[in-house]
Amino acid sequence: MLKKSLFIKPNIALEGRRNDAAPALTPCPQCRRRLTAGEKEENLQVCPLCGYHFRIGARKRIAMLADADSFRELDGDLTACDRLHFPQYEEKLDAARKASGEKEAVISGVCAIQETPCALFAMEADFMMGSMSPTVGEKITRLFEYAAANALPVIGVTVSGGARVQEGILSLMQMAKTSAAVRRHSDAGLFYGVLLTHPTTGGVTASFAMEGDVILAEPGALIGFAGPRVIEQTLRQKLPQGFQKAEFLLKKGFVDAIVPRQRQKEVVGELLRLHSENGLARGKEA
Amino acid sequence: MSAYDQICLARDKDRPTAAAFIDAVFDGFFELHGDRLYGDDPAIIGGLARLSGRPVTVIATEKGVGTKEKIARNFGSANPEGYRKALRLMKQAEKFHRPVICLIDTAGAYCGVGAEERGQGSAIAANIMEMSALRTPVISLFIGEGGSGGALALAVADRIWLLQNAVYSVISPEGAASIIWKDASLVREAAEALGLVSADLFRLGAADRVFAEPSPGQSFAPLYQELRRALSEEMDRLTGLPVDALLQERYEKFRKFGRM
Repeated sequence: MLKKSLFIKPNIALEGRRNDAAPALTPCPQCRRRLTAGEKEENLQVCPLCGYHFRIGARKRIAMLADADSFRELDGDLTACDRLHFPQYEEKLDAARKASGEKEAVISGVCAIQETPCALFAMEADFMMGSMSPTVGEKITRLFEYAAANALPVIGVTVSGGARVQEGILSLMQMAKTSAAVRRHSDAGLFYGVLLTHPTTGGVTASFAMEGDVILAEPGALIGFAGPRVIEQTLRQKLPQGFQKAEFLLKKGFVDAIVPRQRQKEVVGELLRLHSENGLARGKEA
Repeated sequence: MSAYDQICLARDKDRPTAAAFIDAVFDGFFELHGDRLYGDDPAIIGGLARLSGRPVTVIATEKGVGTKEKIARNFGSANPEGYRKALRLMKQAEKFHRPVICLIDTAGAYCGVGAEERGQGSAIAANIMEMSALRTPVISLFIGEGGSGGALALAVADRIWLLQNAVYSVISPEGAASIIWKDASLVREAAEALGLVSADLFRLGAADRVFAEPSPGQSFAPLYQELRRALSEEMDRLTGLPVDALLQERYEKFRKFGRM
């Protein structure tokens, strides 16, 4: 005979009723811990248990790095447009504008980071996966030109699936255009620090993402030229665990440091200070 | 002819590869090997030659002829070492005031585990950035396929020339169809939409000059002669410019794409 206790009614409230009261929980994709929105927010969208870095938008990035109220956007009026009349691109742009609330996949401007003035750009993953269109290239180029003219360092935060396919060769040319502007800024003796976030691939990796004087990466970020799916399809083989992750690139010598989100402002601030002082000048007396 | 048919011509296995152009257009090519960092990539050949008597540096992606050589050359898809060798030879050309001529025929930079481990993105980025400021004239001639960043890494040039059936694209039409429409069978539509054939590229300002090709099956010999003459004349013009003016023009050449 079966024990009666096996059939005890589970003490769980019905779904509809419970959801009314409890705050929305997001499971961490890495450790499965269920996080409240408040918990995530307090911890800069990083899982407090395992350190998984959730994706964040460009405006939030800027708010995390720039000193309060110091950011002044440049070229905010430049908007994505369908230059080649590519089928269904207008619809995709509309959807991207709705999803991100932005006009293009990068936000640029000037700000202060721990009181050092600098130019800053942050890419927006919710706008067609941060893909580089001619407008994106134009905004980044203009920022480097502005920074060179005003003797400002540049800090960039990348997230991108690569060049935007729908603008064809015009997108590809942005790799050359942005790189030439980075080079001119560099030739003026100015500092460019870049923070690579998940994911940074394709034409962005093969241009301004890899052209920083200092290249930082967020923990766990996928960084590569060819995306893992492309490689798997080309080679018909499974890729090793951790392949193309930030930690892998550090080991292979392609990034300078991995910096968790909690320390990014402090690290970027110190890098800006280190590059604004003349190390060849006679040292200050203690 | 449809865009896709033109791509098929650019990819045709019987189309002359870079080595044939080097042989016919230049004199006394002396190949230089290795990137001085890791290895020598057979997908890119480079070296010294004379163009109508003038010393030049020639760099090319080479697909190879015949199955055995094609495999040895990785079908013209370069690894980071190839791009680093190219950059080494470009810097050498700059030092000795030699013009650079790049011949491009590649499906793209190689997508492999080793290529990623050794920094494919970093190598291409370095070439693009350095070429933008290379203090010697550069002409890039697309003779077949121009596959995305792997082609651009040899094409931040003062002049971008294409043969009539050469193509140059941000992505292959196969890749575009599967990424955008999740349907590889839409490859013809993607080819049209990408604007990757020589006439489109000329219209968009991505090609400065297009060279007519002999009809299929005919000898390329007259084309080689025309290229030799055209390259010589253009190098006369470019070497006559002050270097700072040349670099300013090169900057503007790429700056104009998507200027708003």
